[in-house]
Amino acid sequence: MSTVRIPAPTGESAPGLSEPAPAALPAKTSPGQRSGARLVRPRSRRDNIHGWAFSAPFLAFFLIFLVWPMISGAYMSLTGKSLTGANSGFIGLANYAEAFGDSDMWRSLGNTLYFTLISTVPLVVIALALAALVNMGLPAQWLWRLSFFSPFLLASTVISLFFAWMYNPELGLFNDVLVKLGIPPVAWLNDPAVAMWAVVIATVWWTVGFNFLLYLAALQNIPQQHYEAASIDGAGGWRQFFSISLPQLGPTTVMIAILQILASLKVFDQIYQMTEGGPGGTTRSIVQYIFEAGFTGYRLGYSAAISYIFFGLILLIALVQVFITRKRSV
Amino acid sequence: MATTTLSRPKLRFKGSVADIPARQKRTPLSRILATVIVSVLAVAWLIPFAWATLTALKSETEAASTPISWIPASGFTLDAFTKVLGSGNIPTWTLNSLFTSAAITAITLVISASVAYAISRIDFRGKDLLMGVIIASIIVPPPVLIIPLFQQMQSLNLIDTYWAVILPQVIHSPMVFVLKKFFDQIPRELEEAALMDGAGRLRIFTTIVLPLSRPILAAVAIFVFIGAWNNFLWPFIATNESSLLTLPVGLQTIKSAYGIQYAQNMASALLAALPLILVFLFFQRQIIKGVATTGLAGT
Repeated sequence: MSTVRIPAPTGESAPGLSEPAPAALPAKTSPGQRSGARLVRPRSRRDNIHGWAFSAPFLAFFLIFLVWPMISGAYMSLTGKSLTGANSGFIGLANYAEAFGDSDMWRSLGNTLYFTLISTVPLVVIALALAALVNMGLPAQWLWRLSFFSPFLLASTVISLFFAWMYNPELGLFNDVLVKLGIPPVAWLNDPAVAMWAVVIATVWWTVGFNFLLYLAALQNIPQQHYEAASIDGAGGWRQFFSISLPQLGPTTVMIAILQILASLKVFDQIYQMTEGGPGGTTRSIVQYIFEAGFTGYRLGYSAAISYIFFGLILLIALVQVFITRKRSV
Repeated sequence: MATTTLSRPKLRFKGSVADIPARQKRTPLSRILATVIVSVLAVAWLIPFAWATLTALKSETEAASTPISWIPASGFTLDAFTKVLGSGNIPTWTLNSLFTSAAITAITLVISASVAYAISRIDFRGKDLLMGVIIASIIVPPPVLIIPLFQQMQSLNLIDTYWAVILPQVIHSPMVFVLKKFFDQIPRELEEAALMDGAGRLRIFTTIVLPLSRPILAAVAIFVFIGAWNNFLWPFIATNESSLLTLPVGLQTIKSAYGIQYAQNMASALLAALPLILVFLFFQRQIIKGVATTGLAGT
């Protein structure tokens, strides 16, 4: 991919990197030349000291605020620790055993997987469709990017306020439109059958712009010669899209889908703010269950155990990702 | 995938129709059709903004009256905005968000750039292990850490301080990776010449590497800032005191307090959205480049 060079449009020369000449770049990044410092002098004590000195600040934060919580959380999950300070001590795997028999935990996990399933598909497909349309050489590119991407910049609270208002059963815009179209009004966030879809609609509006930009960047990196050759051979727009764009976007699609699945599994903010997990727990996510077990149920140990079950699920999906990408690159 | 991101030529976001020869051969009809479809979708995408703005410009009675109307019969008013701004909470929360997000961004940049520099340029023992551990940590979902982090902050007596909000948010492992990839491509000759002249590592880092890396530092900074500004779950847990809340957390409390004040709710939401909309208008190109580079390299 990096070997194909599209001439940079005017004013877009690599900022700050006029050197080296493009031809020199591949040599710089070739494997085996990773540590150029070796060219000057062998690994020295000074290098060891300097290396760790430069790494120390990050490492300190990393150890204190990531590694230590991981360890203390793992230990906590084996205790009966409570938010009120009471600590019933080491109880082994009892929290895990309880969690596996906890129907609310399974239900939250199920809701989360359901949300992930029904949000990932539109978030990938709509992003691709929007990017493909905008990339058809439309004028005013900045306008489309602004329209589709700007919601992504909003805080979850802002989009939740917007949509809670539009979903309002009596005063909301959605029902107003439905009624004018002769369709009976919907109790968007209060109907157990609809609430999750309502959250998905808000989420798609909010975040599709990010995937849209990734697709747009990938589309614009496809060498134009491919399209030129195809159109000389008489291939039309659809044919070009399905025979050139789509296959070339394969790795991007895999990447976006996996990033999206991992992001959707962590859903909490917009659901908590719009429905608080209701109606009747139908939209409660696993992260909300972790939060509630710890902060409203006061059971930190149990909450930590659910966190680790959730982490195990994410890890499993990440391993699948590694497996897929490795298979692709072979 | 990620390794090629930075060596690729600049993305053609600024390209106009005239720059794309193949596109000119497309039938104009399909392009007109595409423009129409995209325009309709873009309008649909802007409706929530428009509807929120119109509601915020209504009086509370008008906002809560049926049948709903786009243009209020009694005319537009700035009442909701003046009430929200007058209550003093929104300005305070905005300052809190600004301070914590700026601090998170600054600390993230300093510590990530220096560790990335060490891994990219200094041949020290254990650096491969270090990079491996940092990359592996990308997979840790932040919600998994909330319970132990809360405990930790409690035992450090930091709950309800800015520090509790800031400190855990400065670890951005993907950004270390992105920066390292960029540093890898800065020609070593520059650095070697300086080393021969007796310049120290810190000097080389601050006077050669960092100035050359401005574009990627800007992309990382904007990305981290937006993330910190919008983060909800951790600040929500780390602070209770109303005067310390960040904007997103504060808004959540307003919602329950003024449950039926629709115009004021929308005015608050719009005021909270405004700073980032402005940031986007000013830094549009950097933000888009940031998504394209840091977003792609995040894998």
